[in-house]
Amino acid sequence: MAKTYYDPSDLRKFGKITEWNEELGNKFFDYYGKVFEEGALTAREKSLIALAVAHTEQCPYCIDAYTKDGLQRGVTKEEMMEAIHVGAAIKSGATLVHGVQMMNKVNKLDG
Amino acid sequence: MTKIKTKSLQKRDSDLANSNRQLEILSSGVFENGELPTFKDKIAETKQFPLRPNKLEILQINLGYMCNQVCEHCHVDAGPDRKEIMTRETMQQCLEVIKKTGAHTLDLTGGAPEMNPEFRWFVEEASKAGIKDFIVRSNLTIIRANKKYYDLPDFFKKHNVHVVSSMPHWTRGKTDKQRGEGVFDMSIKALQELNERGYGMPDSGLRLDLVYNPSGAFLPGDQMAMEKDFKKALMEDFGIQFHNLFAITNLPISRFLDYLIASENYEDYMYALVEAYNPMAVKNVMCTNTISISWDGWLYDCDFNQMLNLKVASKVKHVSEYNEELLQDRNIIISQHCYGCTAGAGSSCQGVVA
Repeated sequence: MAKTYYDPSDLRKFGKITEWNEELGNKFFDYYGKVFEEGALTAREKSLIALAVAHTEQCPYCIDAYTKDGLQRGVTKEEMMEAIHVGAAIKSGATLVHGVQMMNKVNKLDG
Repeated sequence: MTKIKTKSLQKRDSDLANSNRQLEILSSGVFENGELPTFKDKIAETKQFPLRPNKLEILQINLGYMCNQVCEHCHVDAGPDRKEIMTRETMQQCLEVIKKTGAHTLDLTGGAPEMNPEFRWFVEEASKAGIKDFIVRSNLTIIRANKKYYDLPDFFKKHNVHVVSSMPHWTRGKTDKQRGEGVFDMSIKALQELNERGYGMPDSGLRLDLVYNPSGAFLPGDQMAMEKDFKKALMEDFGIQFHNLFAITNLPISRFLDYLIASENYEDYMYALVEAYNPMAVKNVMCTNTISISWDGWLYDCDFNQMLNLKVASKVKHVSEYNEELLQDRNIIISQHCYGCTAGAGSSCQGVVA
């Protein structure tokens, strides 16, 4: 067994998940491919969203994949970093907005 | 971080300056142990081996490896320290070929072809042959490099030359990283001067196309989307116009191979090329419609094979004995670098092929 949980070369094997469940695997990849096609959003915009989400999900495979994808689309490092800050802002906002729940509870229990 | 080298591999005495060493690398490792299929096996899957020429359309002539720039990924290993340039005698032999060829496009490249002292004479003579599309691949900065080149835009216009120029990105940082400090600003100035002469304007017959190749170990994105982004940015930031953008994949040879190995990206890059292999791109790949002539008159299937010293597999090997009919009856020489031309929508000196 591998000594680490993540191996960069595993990303190349992603497609192999269909080998143990062809129907669901294929449905997923069809869906995935369709999502990233040019639509109301450009493929470039989708790539930046994917990069931000890759960070909030802290998926190393996705970070590798969408950093490379962004470079291929001519996305600059400044644009990439800004996208990550959007993800980070939502992530920290999501934490902090729960502070209202804490405040509500304190007010109810000890107000 | 990879630093920009200021000398060619040849000047640095790198073992990668030797084309045999490059071919050895391209045939070993993941291709030798069967992890990845060789290009020959891959095209054989769709019965496209051996690769054969279609109708000859393009004569590409390399006027020499001398260049005013030392770009990080140059497949020619060009630079100011390279002294190989075409003589007038070889040019005369090329002119004989140009007069009788069936090709509709003449494509002059280098190095910086303009640095050949016989460049202007050759363009003047070649333009008399009335070839339909006469391309000069200009690196743009040469136009601003020295006073003696300042009038190049007028010279190009006079001979109705189709200018094709490299531009790795619409931002200064990414361009200078690949092509050298100050290249972006000089390129912008040169593009503006070409625009002033009418080059690149929407209804102008003076063709100005840009070549985009990635600044690192990744493949080019969609050519049309890139063209849209380039046009928008260059127009908004500098008022610059051009006709088309050709997205070209970096082939794993010469300085780009050196970069891939030094940055430990070689294996991943080869995987990316093989994964992006598109059998539809094979039938239009550039070596099927091009003959490449080197500075010393040898004939090759393409500019990349020229740099790997893989001369055509034909009885006719030199421009002095040129015979188009005999040349067309040949097998094209391939190796793993060819995956660079069949990835995604394909890649050629004229951009995508599929």
